[in-house]
Amino acid sequence: MLKLKYTIAALLTAGLGLVQAQQTPAPAQDGPVLITGATAHIGNGEVIENSAVGFAEGKIVYVGPADGANASEYTRVIDADGKHVYPGFIALNATLGLVEIDAVRASNDIEEVGHFLPNIRSIIAYNAESQVVESMRPNGVLQAQITPREGRISGTSSVVQLDAWNWEDAAIKTDDAIHMTWPNSLTRKRWWMGEGRGFKPNDKYATEVEEVGAFIDQAKAYLKGVQSPRNLALEAMKGIFDGSQKLFVNVNGAKEITDMVRFMEAHAISNVVIVGGEQADAVAGLLAEKKIPVIVSRPHRLPETDDAPIKKPFTLASELAKKGVLVGIDVSGQMERMNTRNLPFYAGTVAAYGMDKEKAVALITGNAARILGIDDFTGTLETGKDATLFISEGDALDMRTNQLSKAFIQGRDISLETHQTELWDRYSEKYSGK
Amino acid sequence: MKLRSFLLAWLCLGMTLHAQEYFPKNDGVSNKKSSYTAFTGAVIHVSPTEIIENGTLLIKDGTIVATGTQVNIPENAIVKKVDGKHIYPSFIDLYSDFGVAQPQRAKQNNRPQYDAAREGYYWNDHIIPDQKAVEHFSYDKKKAEAYLKSGFGVLNAHKADGIMRGTSVLVALNHEGDNNERILKQDAAQHMSLSRSVATNQSYPSSLMGSLALIRQVYHDAKWYEQEDKTQTDLALEALLANRQLPVIFEANDKLNALRADKIADQFGLNFILKGGGDEFERADAIAATGAAFIIPVNYPDAYDVSDPYQTDIISLADMRMWNQAPSNPAVLASKGVEFSFTTADLKKKNEFLPNIRKAVTYGLNKEQALAALTTIPARLIGMQNTLGTLNKGYQANFLITSGDLFDNGTSIYENWVQGNPYTISDMNIKDIRGAYTLTVNGTSYDLNISGDLNKLKTELKKDSTVIASKINYTNGWVNIFYTPEGEGETQFVRLNAAAGEGNDLSGQGVLTNGKQVAWTAKKQEATEEKGSGNGKEAAKPEILPLTYPNMAYGLTEAAKKEDVLFKNATVWTSEEAGILENTDVLVKDGKIAAIGKDLEAGNARVIDATGKHLTAGIIDEHSHIAAASINEGGHNSSAEVKIEDVVDPEDIDIYRNLSGGVTTIQILHGSANPIGGRSALIKLKWGEDADDMILDQSPKFIKFALGENVKQSNWGAYQTVRFPQSRMGVEQVFTDYFQRAKEYDEAWKAYNALSKKQRSRTKAPRYDEEMETLAEIINGERFISCHSYVQSEINMLMKVAEKFGFRVNTFTHILEGYKVADKMAEHGVGGSTFSDWWAYKYEVKDAIPYNAAIMHNQGVTVAINSDDAEMSRRLNQEAAKTVKYGGMSEEEAWKFVTLNPAKLLHIDNRTGSIKEGKDADLVLWSDHPMSIYAIAEKTMIEGTVYYDHETMEAMYQKNQEERNRLINMMLAAKNKGMRTKAPEKKEKIHLHCDSEIYQK
Repeated sequence: MLKLKYTIAALLTAGLGLVQAQQTPAPAQDGPVLITGATAHIGNGEVIENSAVGFAEGKIVYVGPADGANASEYTRVIDADGKHVYPGFIALNATLGLVEIDAVRASNDIEEVGHFLPNIRSIIAYNAESQVVESMRPNGVLQAQITPREGRISGTSSVVQLDAWNWEDAAIKTDDAIHMTWPNSLTRKRWWMGEGRGFKPNDKYATEVEEVGAFIDQAKAYLKGVQSPRNLALEAMKGIFDGSQKLFVNVNGAKEITDMVRFMEAHAISNVVIVGGEQADAVAGLLAEKKIPVIVSRPHRLPETDDAPIKKPFTLASELAKKGVLVGIDVSGQMERMNTRNLPFYAGTVAAYGMDKEKAVALITGNAARILGIDDFTGTLETGKDATLFISEGDALDMRTNQLSKAFIQGRDISLETHQTELWDRYSEKYSGK
Repeated sequence: MKLRSFLLAWLCLGMTLHAQEYFPKNDGVSNKKSSYTAFTGAVIHVSPTEIIENGTLLIKDGTIVATGTQVNIPENAIVKKVDGKHIYPSFIDLYSDFGVAQPQRAKQNNRPQYDAAREGYYWNDHIIPDQKAVEHFSYDKKKAEAYLKSGFGVLNAHKADGIMRGTSVLVALNHEGDNNERILKQDAAQHMSLSRSVATNQSYPSSLMGSLALIRQVYHDAKWYEQEDKTQTDLALEALLANRQLPVIFEANDKLNALRADKIADQFGLNFILKGGGDEFERADAIAATGAAFIIPVNYPDAYDVSDPYQTDIISLADMRMWNQAPSNPAVLASKGVEFSFTTADLKKKNEFLPNIRKAVTYGLNKEQALAALTTIPARLIGMQNTLGTLNKGYQANFLITSGDLFDNGTSIYENWVQGNPYTISDMNIKDIRGAYTLTVNGTSYDLNISGDLNKLKTELKKDSTVIASKINYTNGWVNIFYTPEGEGETQFVRLNAAAGEGNDLSGQGVLTNGKQVAWTAKKQEATEEKGSGNGKEAAKPEILPLTYPNMAYGLTEAAKKEDVLFKNATVWTSEEAGILENTDVLVKDGKIAAIGKDLEAGNARVIDATGKHLTAGIIDEHSHIAAASINEGGHNSSAEVKIEDVVDPEDIDIYRNLSGGVTTIQILHGSANPIGGRSALIKLKWGEDADDMILDQSPKFIKFALGENVKQSNWGAYQTVRFPQSRMGVEQVFTDYFQRAKEYDEAWKAYNALSKKQRSRTKAPRYDEEMETLAEIINGERFISCHSYVQSEINMLMKVAEKFGFRVNTFTHILEGYKVADKMAEHGVGGSTFSDWWAYKYEVKDAIPYNAAIMHNQGVTVAINSDDAEMSRRLNQEAAKTVKYGGMSEEEAWKFVTLNPAKLLHIDNRTGSIKEGKDADLVLWSDHPMSIYAIAEKTMIEGTVYYDHETMEAMYQKNQEERNRLINMMLAAKNKGMRTKAPEKKEKIHLHCDSEIYQK
């Protein structure tokens, strides 16, 4: 540990600014581990007081009451009496590892030139050694969907775990979804032409929707034919049609959501997920009926308009959940990468404004895994699933008590140190030595 | 010049001369007309308060010779009988750009321009008081006609460009005359605005507060130039001084800017005539308190097309209300005693002017006031009250002949006479054929109704009750009516014509669809309501929805009231030595914390049961950018002269949102566009009140400084590389240089002020400089620096610069590497106001760590957690809690990070920031532990007044929704009536941060 510190210090002195090594990824789990005595938050709305959670070879082998586990089967038993165990939190629609420092263009790999880019794949640009990525772990954020941005169809995301040597190691589901932004029925006014500032109805809305339709029709036709000459963009749409990939649609207006749902039905595209959903509450019945999940914009945002309910960003997730919609939480927005570590507190804020606390936990665990289609192997504390979980001193949705003592990814005992904790240690030492 | 003044004087004296008197004539013999014209039998509105029935108006050579009932009409008079018609003075518009060539927009350059391009003038190209509209004036016949048709006789025209815009020219719309006659005053008024000149790219000022500061400095400089130092010539200041006796017309364009402009007028002992924006009714008391005269536009907004419910959602309640309330603006101002004139400015079409004035009358403006606002008031404001605005003897013969009462909807203007020359709008001898008739054609009877303007009549033709398509033409006394009879194709017409004759009925010849010629008659039906106040019906007074403060969603119908309150049985976070007290009462009296203890007597106080709840001091945000119309003045590398206090925006919804998160006090800081920013505003979030009432009394003085990437323009793009500094090395030099200059400035003034009165009169006074004054205050310990800072090198540097000049930096804000030099900070005695966990957004925050607050605190630095962000500011309780997670702060100390410590940093801990007897009752009642993520601010109180209540907020939302629905229905009704509508629109709220560059409201 000390050695590592010196290494970092040496690197700093050498002025190696941007690329500093992160914490060394943990080796594979070497013996069965049992966590006993904690309150286990399963991630599906359930909770077990005085629980035991056991895992071996990276998979969970026991979840239940503490007295139901046989401690002798485990090489390591962690007494977590009074503490809390959670499944690793999952950040949806994240861009971790694609940008290191927002204002440094050279560190930006988040978007490409063009409008219809399903062939663009985020995973190959994912920087597993990002300092921002490692800063997620002390807050319990252990998995993330890494998503390209901009364009009408931005590209293809992958889901990663946040303790890896490289992107191949990191990927837990490669190319899980294609992401697009639905056209907006409003458009920015041209203030330079005397229209004032703000938004007005977009008279190109229908045309823009037709362009999406045309691209989808072309892709379908292309895939039915001989596929020569090869067209990378059209080819990349395959997973949308055969059901192997999801389509994440960034859309906010009630009108746009309704149009989008009808459009996808007309084009026989299922597996649609809404990202944003600012006005989804107005069409919640439709979304529940069609079983379309919504990843609501992060609660730590301002209401859309002066007139909007003051607390709407905090209550939207609850409103949708009450009406039977499967809900997750989006992390995109201003300074989103560094802020992604606040994901637990986004869920906590939702809980403050009316959602049951365990259901709020599910927003960023079980629900998120279901939305991503990775719930067969992660997202909840259930036997057979990845042992991606952590122990917190208290309620992990509350910043006062979100204090991690241990975290495991696929059973691996990962470091909770970061570039930031190193500096904290270094300067605390400097002053205490005086 | 001299000659012209002479001639003008002559004209004013009513001498019988044309300007061309001395012009040579080569196209014939002399054609001087010197006969009289008399208008008899008229209702003459001599002035708003004097009406002569059956009077005579006698004019000669462009001037009124007599007005009255007993006027002797000379033999050589042309007599015009205008029996029953009305004569009014023509209107005057003081705010026009008529005929004045407007400037070419400067070519956009990628590279910024910091210096003026003009030589011999002021250092700033937006200051153009030497600009003379008369030199750019040519009479625009087409535009003149639009004005004449709307009733105008005289316009005050200026070049609408720049901050000081120079002088306007006063012209009469003498349509057949020439400029020798038309130009009444070549320098009629000085014009000013808050907007930059489009003709230059000079970067300063880039903000509203910069414009305000620049205007002040120009006035200081003009005085100094005149009294102290003319060793160099400044043609702009010369012009400003030469024109100082002229009225000043200041383009404010909205209510808040009007209040801002008025403050400058007060400071320099000036009277501005304020060009308004039509929203003055929203702050009518403050507007009236300025005592200023206003020039008011009547560009009421159109209704929105609300037929698509989804699109309707984007329209703000404020915009909807503006549609409903705007026409009441003139009436409200009049009721508050504000003196105003009307302008056609801001109207899309001039022909909307008179209908909108009439609308103002139906909304409660009385006719006398309306007429004064069109005539006598503008005449007086422009100093022409002895020549223009009434129909008294000796005044210019500028008048309108109308069919009836000017303010009735059906009234037509027949003629507009200017300087004795007529401009005919419609034939006044035309017979009024409007009315209801029984039309008989070829044995079939119809109901025919003719209505509308005499120049543009409309017909409604009905067979029984079925409407039949029809059209009417009425020119030169001939009526032509077309219609398609029932059962015939749409292209089949019956054509009727008749000469309008003596009687009430119409009759003539027509051609049927089959080509057969017939005779027809239209017999006028008995008029049901012939005479009233005119031929138009009294319009019903429209429904005007009540104002709120501010006039938008969540606005208050009446100001929140101070009350005595007893919080009973709370967990009280004192942020004092007393710590956290369980089951404790807090009594609030007269806005102060009166007592803290167990089982306190309520007396007359309202008791709030706080069992199970937590009571804390209100949150103080040391670093905020909400509630301001502009944040950065980046046009110079130092802008110490600008003041956020000038641009506080009391109508920002983020004020209310901050209250919902328990925030009571904020420092609105200038941004970080330059090393020396502007002066702060410290405000309490008194939602609903005026900006001045929000600003703290005896507010400690603060200024924003900044270091690092922003001030060296690192992230401003590749072209922003010419302004000094571009490196941290240069930043130090900027400070050293400015402080040195300020020191010398201060010494110079001190030396001058120490002189005796006699000595002073013989000594040149130093130049007064607002920027240097401000910097001198810092050196003298009267003003405190809050400095935007990130990396340790620059933090250290500023402390050293300050020490060299003998003062202390008060606060480092952001201060993300403060932890690296916390010991040095403690030694210097500077506080740190930081983010809880922000980092990685730019290179200089690569080493920012969330443990920063804890380390600085542990080293003895006074630490606050701030927001710099409108979103985060309403969750500062959560941000404070993060220091418990990162760095292990005790909860009690963590809570001080957002209450007592920022109060200390802002030097207001003697009055707020903790729960202590005698302090302001700035309190928040929380549903839970205040740093728990589950805590909700239920009540937020400032000085004993509850400005936010969670339940009230929810009720207000419902009420707003109901009002929206009501307005939508009113708009649908308006659309169905055929009124013009516009597409829905959504306001764009720009949330300001440190980095927010040029933004001007």
